[in-house]
Amino acid sequence: MSPQNTGPLRPDLEVIASHIAAGTRVLDVGCGDGTLLAELQLRHGVDARGMEINAERVEKCVARGLSVMQGDADHDLAQYPDKSFDYTILSQTLQTAARPDRMLDELLRVGSRAFVSFPNFAHWSTRAALMFGGRMPVTKALPVNWYATPNIHHVTIADFCELLREKGVAVEKQWFFSGGQSVGAATANWRAESAVFLLSRDLGRD
Amino acid sequence: MANAYASQSFTLPAPLSLDNGETLASAQIAYETYGELNDEKSNAILICHALTGDQYVASDHPITGKPGWWVRMVGPGKPIDTDRFHVISANVIGSCMGSTGPASLAGDGKPYAMRFPVITIRDMVRGLIGLLDGLDIGQLHTVIGGSMGGMQALSLAANFPTRAARVLVLASTARHSAQNIAFHEVGRQAIMADANWLEGDYYGGDVPASGLSVARMAAHITYLSEEGLTDKFGRRLQDRDSKSFGFDADFQVESYLRYQGTGFTQRFDANSYLYITRAMDYFDLAEEFAQSGNDTTEAAKLANAFAGHARGEGARFCLVSFDTDWLYPTAESRHIVHALNAVGAPVSFVELSAPYGHDSFLLDLPALDRVVEGFLK
Repeated sequence: MSPQNTGPLRPDLEVIASHIAAGTRVLDVGCGDGTLLAELQLRHGVDARGMEINAERVEKCVARGLSVMQGDADHDLAQYPDKSFDYTILSQTLQTAARPDRMLDELLRVGSRAFVSFPNFAHWSTRAALMFGGRMPVTKALPVNWYATPNIHHVTIADFCELLREKGVAVEKQWFFSGGQSVGAATANWRAESAVFLLSRDLGRD
Repeated sequence: MANAYASQSFTLPAPLSLDNGETLASAQIAYETYGELNDEKSNAILICHALTGDQYVASDHPITGKPGWWVRMVGPGKPIDTDRFHVISANVIGSCMGSTGPASLAGDGKPYAMRFPVITIRDMVRGLIGLLDGLDIGQLHTVIGGSMGGMQALSLAANFPTRAARVLVLASTARHSAQNIAFHEVGRQAIMADANWLEGDYYGGDVPASGLSVARMAAHITYLSEEGLTDKFGRRLQDRDSKSFGFDADFQVESYLRYQGTGFTQRFDANSYLYITRAMDYFDLAEEFAQSGNDTTEAAKLANAFAGHARGEGARFCLVSFDTDWLYPTAESRHIVHALNAVGAPVSFVELSAPYGHDSFLLDLPALDRVVEGFLK
């Protein structure tokens, strides 16, 4: 039996799923309950693997017939050889990493290309909460109080692009979303709730 | 002696080559099956048993009369569903429930006793492969094992990579640690110190029951967690209101261990215990597949064992550990997972939370049921 599809995907996951070709090898880092993995395996015929830190979510994934290992992305990516996968995926997890910059390096070492999505801390609702409320924002995209949030490295689209430039990482594609709608790149840093990037190292230089 | 217990028995047509260089002629493999084999022979699951386990996975034990050791997992509608799968479970060579072991008769009509060759986990697996050949099963749907059964499943995957499409390993390890070997040595010394052991030539007379009982008691402690023992027994006294100031089983935990030890001697051969614990101590999958000094890390050494599964062209693997298992702790499973990831094999791994220690894989744990059922899909 194949893994069950559970309904429509989040827009960032949908855009990732639709850009991954059949027959490729994919590692979803922080795969949660395996929603994207199941979609990739079922609808796209992808060799999809996952890593997830939470034992109950791993159990759910394995119970769905997915190949998922319980592990901590901050150090368990090290076990994979270079370019083990065509794509690595880090969806809505970058901001929880101990060192997002090093995780980005690992994603692009283990995978030829990496999809990275994250909630944009410079969205106008976040800015407004801080500016007018004087409090750390609790928004739809960032729903947990400052003391309990797993998001320990908040990042804006502008900050992320700066990191990519410093690291010499190429942006092959980028998508920005607000409330499920696409947002243009020019205004994304204040209008987009979340961003998805398809990244690669400049292969010619490697 | 034990052949009368086996419901089915297969005699290997060729001498079984062993790791110690010897061969075992006319080796018998006693086995049980549950569920129907389909026409394509694609639904066979081999369940490998642990140190003191046997082929009676889901049928009553012929000596103790107790239900099979994994009835909660194997049967119609159970996670290993015998309405869908043809389940095979065989007694390993060296054991005493119908497969050839030290209690079996050698060519001279007398029991082998200590003349039985020292065997390895790989030798056990060679015997199991011989059985599968005899049953004309080319590729298993899944090979499953917990503890020593997991070692066999790993050894089968490493040595016969095309023989199983899925490999499920519970509470196991790719090598015996110094601590694992140490506990086994206590048990062996207890047996060999028993006046009835007689260098192994006790068949037909009194068996070294007290030595085997102590061996079982020591081992049984390693199968449980401290938390589990405390919950179950604490410091409670057994059938008395105060301490006896003597050496009776004052404490419930003492009484329990004595009961476990004595019960075990009714169904298990002391020499088999020596041979099988030795096989487990010798087990080091990385060492078996060591290549000339190029591999620097432990994971790289072990990865050689899984070369037949590189880049997802072999089996799918699933490993499960338990957070209270201090015999084969989670780190041992992770070590295997790292090696499998290093070769690109599809592998699932989860550490389940359970209060029961190493024996958790045998006990009531719904999360394990879901993982097993999901992996077999």
